[in-house]
Amino acid sequence: MMDFMAVDLRPLYAVLVTMCAAGLIYVLGEHVKPNVREGITLLAAVLNIIVVYSLIPVALEEQVLDAAIRLDVFEIVKGVSFAFKVDSAGMVFACVASTLWLLTSIYSIGYMRGHGEQNQTGYFAAFAMCVSATMGICFAANLITFFIFYEVLTVSTYPLVVHYRDKEGVKSGRKYLAYTLISGQIMFAGIVIVYAVAGTMEFTPGGFLTEEMLPMPWALIVFFMMVGAGIVKAGVMPLHSWLPSAMVAPTPVSALLHAVAVVKAGAFCTFRVVLYVFGPALAKDCHGADILAWMAVATIILSSFIAMRKSNLKARLAYSTVGQLSYIILGICILTPYSTAGALYHIVAHAFMKITLFMAAGAIFVTTHKKDITEMVGIGRKMPYTMMAFSAASIGVAGFPFFVGFVSKANIIMGAIQMGKGFFVATLIASALLAIAYLMPVCLIAFKKNVVNPEFEEKGDAAPAMLIPLIITAIISIVLGIAPNAGLHLFDLAVMAGNSIFTPLM
Amino acid sequence: MIQNLPVLIILLPLCAALLSLLLTRINRNLSKYVLTLAVLASLVLSVYQLHLVVTEGTIHYTVGNYQTPYGIELVIDSLNALILVVIEIISFMTVLFAENFGVKRKVVQGGARALIGLLITGLLGMTSTGDVFNLYVFLEITSLSAYCLIALGGSRGVVAAYKYMLVGTVAATFYLLGVGILYSATGTLNMADMKDILSQGVYDDVMLVSMSFLTIAFGIKMALFPFHGWQPSAYAHAEPGTRPLITGVMSKVPALAMFRFFYMIYGTDFKYMKLLLVIIGILSCLGMIYGSVFAMMQKDIRKILAYSSVAQIGYISLGFAIGTPIALAGAFLHMMGHAFMKGGLFFCTGAIRYKYGTSDINDFGRIYKQMPLTCGLLTVAALSMIGIPPTAGFFSKWYLASGAAENHQWIYIAVLVLSSLLNAVYFFRLIEKVFIQKSAGLKERWKSEVLELPFTIILPIVVCFVAILGIGIFNVKIIDILLMTLEGVGL
Repeated sequence: MMDFMAVDLRPLYAVLVTMCAAGLIYVLGEHVKPNVREGITLLAAVLNIIVVYSLIPVALEEQVLDAAIRLDVFEIVKGVSFAFKVDSAGMVFACVASTLWLLTSIYSIGYMRGHGEQNQTGYFAAFAMCVSATMGICFAANLITFFIFYEVLTVSTYPLVVHYRDKEGVKSGRKYLAYTLISGQIMFAGIVIVYAVAGTMEFTPGGFLTEEMLPMPWALIVFFMMVGAGIVKAGVMPLHSWLPSAMVAPTPVSALLHAVAVVKAGAFCTFRVVLYVFGPALAKDCHGADILAWMAVATIILSSFIAMRKSNLKARLAYSTVGQLSYIILGICILTPYSTAGALYHIVAHAFMKITLFMAAGAIFVTTHKKDITEMVGIGRKMPYTMMAFSAASIGVAGFPFFVGFVSKANIIMGAIQMGKGFFVATLIASALLAIAYLMPVCLIAFKKNVVNPEFEEKGDAAPAMLIPLIITAIISIVLGIAPNAGLHLFDLAVMAGNSIFTPLM
Repeated sequence: MIQNLPVLIILLPLCAALLSLLLTRINRNLSKYVLTLAVLASLVLSVYQLHLVVTEGTIHYTVGNYQTPYGIELVIDSLNALILVVIEIISFMTVLFAENFGVKRKVVQGGARALIGLLITGLLGMTSTGDVFNLYVFLEITSLSAYCLIALGGSRGVVAAYKYMLVGTVAATFYLLGVGILYSATGTLNMADMKDILSQGVYDDVMLVSMSFLTIAFGIKMALFPFHGWQPSAYAHAEPGTRPLITGVMSKVPALAMFRFFYMIYGTDFKYMKLLLVIIGILSCLGMIYGSVFAMMQKDIRKILAYSSVAQIGYISLGFAIGTPIALAGAFLHMMGHAFMKGGLFFCTGAIRYKYGTSDINDFGRIYKQMPLTCGLLTVAALSMIGIPPTAGFFSKWYLASGAAENHQWIYIAVLVLSSLLNAVYFFRLIEKVFIQKSAGLKERWKSEVLELPFTIILPIVVCFVAILGIGIFNVKIIDILLMTLEGVGL
């Protein structure tokens, strides 16, 4: 046990604020007015943002002096404590998740009410629980703490996936559980083995496993046992198929699943395992990173082609997510400081861009009940702001300069050039063109002049609760593209994380 | 008073049980109060005893001051003390819970209470005793009262009880044979004494023979695969009020006794120990998979839970088979966690049956709206069975897997993972039924404005809920207490 007065408890607060909110919403939800219930969500979101933002200076000074916050709450299993640590990599993810939770919450309120959804209490409670688990994942200092929150995230996302309680929902819920639980249990076995051979579970920049601990065939097996859980959630092919099925959930859930919490947690899991457990040296020597990089390359290209053929807007965005997440995986597996920083920054970039796209898709659905791209001819006239935001985010996903997607992609490409991986560079550039090919038609159709659907003649954009968050995220993706460091120093943090991992090697 | 603590804990429920029939003649409710108070007092004493054992070390108590090895000795080490507390908690809650069910005829009512009291006495005695023959006596008290309690569960209960009695008698006889062989070789019945004599190493063959008898005896009693034949129907058709005690604790105590024989009497130096552990390990692995596969095929929730117990007992015996102190601690953590999980799940099914009169999971559609607390426990217990953190089930699995990794028994880790996933299949199906499936429009048998259920059902549900999470989150405290005893015992 520890002296709770003397240490900085902020990482713990970040987890507890949202967890308490989840509990309060679940218990009180049916007994108070919806406004009070949503008030709890928003209050928790604001508090969470305050806590997380206040930690940024700590993370920035991580290397200057020994200012990093480390918090051993209690012994969770014999010999290992339940510990939190604020480091630059976790901070980047935490900032994204907390910022987007507030925006998604506002959007959810507009969406759920605009759409007259059932079971809203359970929805908001599970949503808050997901964010709480994500905060835990960001600040976890060792594998077991990480894994606990990772499994909590898996379980608390399940009610969101089956939200509609219909046949299709149950089916995709089962699929989701099958993928995540199996990979999670295999990761559990991996963690046990790592702990048995290394005697520690503490995340260390540059990894703590060495080849003496895990000789070659074992290193590769354990690598994939551990990374498996990450790449399932991050939707790397061939383990991606739960992600498009989870589209049956309400759009804010898709936004959360696809842009903020779940898939990014998967990418972050891969990040921690490859760079903080195995470390660049062992990941390279056991060929795990190479194999994973090629899987990511295949995913990037294949998913773009599949996305092109989908005419349901959300399905197209889902496959775009699958491809974009593999950028992160590829960035991690190139194993250079640049590409690592790029991968980490792509968590930020993709989160803001993709959430804009999903929110726009949801806004279109609530306002006009259109799901299919072919039905959206001329929709830009009815909903100009929504579609402008959508177009901005699309261009960002394609990686145009002055959009946030460019910053991260450029860094990954620089890393690939540094390692002399020409094919990776070519893939990244080709996928940018493919992204234009599958997203720009939507924008062009939306603003088409001639054949305008008569019902779109009249102006009538989405309700403000939906419109404002998506415009904000669109603006942020442009601002961060011009000044990657604006506001939260996220780019600096990503670069710091990249450097801290590779310093011991150079 | 204080120095008689170990025996008082056993005597209190025994006296209440023996007085029960008489008191029921005076007043219908009198025996209920006496039994409840006796078990509560016993619970308080056992908690105090745990405190004493942790601070001052193992208690050796000689009954009636007849010196060992001739007299009967009660040995309370930190392991026993902890298990005693768990038994007492489940017992106390079952005593409260059982009053909502069961027969209303005066004579049978008094008898049923007496049987519950005797079952509790037997379980407590088996846990505390340090004498192999005394263990047999308590084993028989437990078994006989369990046969009757199972038979009280209606006509199918009678058949199940008869089946259990046939097999159970074989088990008791085998135990007696095993002990007899050891007694003829060593001339003592005291466990510690027997260990000293056996450790000379000249009795290896005798020990091997008695060991085969004992393994089968305990295997039957704890329903270890493939000796579990009696168990599913007995668990499913037992008297509904006492089911949590029968399913949650009754099969765990023989497991503890088995551990005592293998590790504390035979000791790890025993020549055939490795062989024994491998056999137990294989049986556990098969049981874990077999139990889960059969649980998947059931429709009646009681049968699902019963087959799941076959799988879960496999976790405990797997811990014994791995044999490192950490794995043994994991096995006992699982024993405690599972008592609350399985007990809790049977409290839930009892509660649902009490309110709606059904046990078919296809009728459970969206009952969470009417029974949020019950469904909360159902969910937490199910997650704990699967082993999702931060519930008790996750941490016991962690220690078992850590122990297996220490010994390089990778296959056991693989089986643990597989078993969790199989558990997930049927427990998530249950969760789906409760939360997602369309409501079956059941009629409530019991209605109230304030509570979803009577207080005596709510209390066990809340206690189990807290215990599952508490044992999970604060598992290190428990592991520390367990290791005080297990450190020197394991491999």
